[in-house]
Amino acid sequence: MTGLIGVFVEAWGEVRVHKARVVLSLVGVFLAVFAMTSVTGLGLIVAQVQQEQSERSTGRSATIQLSGFDQTTGAPAPAAEWDAAVGQLLDRYGVEAYATVAYRDALFRLPGGTQQLQVQQVSPSYGPLHRLQPVQGRWFREGDRTSLSPTLVVNEFFLDMLGGGDLTAPRTVVLGGARPVTATVVGVLRDGYRSPTVYRIDHTGLDDARATAAADQAAMMYGPPSVELWVPSAQVDEVMAALQADLPLLLPGISANVYRADDPSLEGTIDTLRLAVRAVGAVALLLGGLGVFNVGLMAVRQRIREIGIRRSFGATSARVFGAIMLESVVATVLAGLAAVALAVAVVDNLPIADLFNDGVPIADLPGFPVEAAVEGLLAAAGVGALAGLLPALLAVRVKVIDAIRF
Amino acid sequence: MRGLDGRGRGRGEGGPPERVGSQLQLTAVGREVRLPSGDLLEVLSGIDLTIGAGEHVSIVGRSGSGKSTLLNVLGLLDAPTSGEYLLDGQPTDRLRGRRRARLRGECFGFVFQQFNLLPRRTAVENVAAPLLYARGREFLGRTRRALEVLDQVGLAARADQVPERLSGGEQQRVAIARALVRRPRVVLADEPTGALDVETGQAVMALLAEATAAQGAALVTITHDLAVAALADRRLRLDHGRLTPMDAEAPGARTAEVVA
Repeated sequence: MTGLIGVFVEAWGEVRVHKARVVLSLVGVFLAVFAMTSVTGLGLIVAQVQQEQSERSTGRSATIQLSGFDQTTGAPAPAAEWDAAVGQLLDRYGVEAYATVAYRDALFRLPGGTQQLQVQQVSPSYGPLHRLQPVQGRWFREGDRTSLSPTLVVNEFFLDMLGGGDLTAPRTVVLGGARPVTATVVGVLRDGYRSPTVYRIDHTGLDDARATAAADQAAMMYGPPSVELWVPSAQVDEVMAALQADLPLLLPGISANVYRADDPSLEGTIDTLRLAVRAVGAVALLLGGLGVFNVGLMAVRQRIREIGIRRSFGATSARVFGAIMLESVVATVLAGLAAVALAVAVVDNLPIADLFNDGVPIADLPGFPVEAAVEGLLAAAGVGALAGLLPALLAVRVKVIDAIRF
Repeated sequence: MRGLDGRGRGRGEGGPPERVGSQLQLTAVGREVRLPSGDLLEVLSGIDLTIGAGEHVSIVGRSGSGKSTLLNVLGLLDAPTSGEYLLDGQPTDRLRGRRRARLRGECFGFVFQQFNLLPRRTAVENVAAPLLYARGREFLGRTRRALEVLDQVGLAARADQVPERLSGGEQQRVAIARALVRRPRVVLADEPTGALDVETGQAVMALLAEATAAQGAALVTITHDLAVAALADRRLRLDHGRLTPMDAEAPGARTAEVVA
């Protein structure tokens, strides 16, 4: 036990006596670990931003889009039959995360005049699947489907068209046409677009069969309503093939249109980005580590006589090795801790959304990636061990007699 | 070569106890080193030497005669290439690594010509340094023990000074305290006065002899200085790797010579 304490006492004595050298090597490690951890942490956040940006428009990985149309007329399948058939398929394949989307035109009576705008009619589940989080108000919920007033979620540009301001009070807009209806804006998105974006709840208490004709016309222009299914990437091909085969069996005469909506190459791109970020971090660490290594090596050369003297006191090879390694590892881990703490503080306080996402809030902006912090600490310990290894081996190989005369 | 048997340092009644059984015995010890050319150089040859407990032995010789090599062999810093070296009757040729290092720390104290104090450590830290490799109470009480030995060499008041602020004589006294701090059986001194002026050297040498005697440790001194050698109970000469007793030489021969 006292032997172990002795190693620590000896290592601490070295650190205390050689303050300048230790601080010099710690500065190197500190900067290296700080650079590596910051770059890695920031890179992983940027990768997350990239992923979100892509998923906001095309859906999460992997999203299958399913639609069906009459092979003869091109019209969508009757709504009730379509819903029943899709429900059956979702149950069969155990798909729990899905959303519906249909593109429609609508007339909006705005303060500046009536305008025809494209509207996406979506189910409440569309928001989470596309990482849509309003900056004001809320996203759709199930209760909106029975409301007599269609609910809308719009972007900030559309809100400006409505007269601007905040969504502190209910905002309404009249949807024109033969049967005007007053819609209620329940949420505002920040998407950075300089054109209006309008989401409408897919169903309201006013919907009836009279809407069918208009829906059919829209379907001819924009395509039939579709269902988005969120499935594991590994099963995407299998599910697509099954849908393609099974839908016509449930809906005779209806042809299934199945394709993958998200970008399959995104995962690879993000992985490459993460890899590149880690590579940059590793290079930063390597450069810092070289500095520590040099200082350590020089220090041992300067301490050869001292090592010889200690050997004459009875210091074993293992003791000399242990003391030099411990000195190196403990010092670098302490420097690493400080560097990781600073990196976390800096990266966490960066305006990530402003810098990398045009000011659009990031839905799942992660805190400082734990993996980056852990990597930073492990790297610090690794650098300490590597930087200490050669000097320690050199110290052990020193011939005592030569060392004393050094 | 005849055996150079040791005899204990004479100590009167009431003196420190004799340390019986702690003796070094070299029999036909040789040490060869390989030169860069590939040739073998015989540094020590047929050394027969016995050093008893508490004995004071001096070894003189010219530069390159093998004095330091002999001291290193005695102190387990080096190993002979032939012959036998017994420490307390136990052969040392099989001692390796950890055991060898531990035995070196426990049995021997070293005093070097250039003092070899650890820079930027205070006198007390320097003296306590060998106790970092001790165990138990010896380790835990290292500072107290170091102060005690510093007091013995008259440097208690300078305990907190770093070597850079001590005179040569003071540094060597710190080195002597360091050599004695683990209560070694043998103190090996390599030119202990070589870096000091005559007067300081005499004082340091007297202190070294007195302090080792007080602890009952044997003292082996390697020196060029015949005056220093004369302080020993037994004086030996090393010439071309061979050891002979100085007393065996013709009376008066080379007595005034400083072997250089």
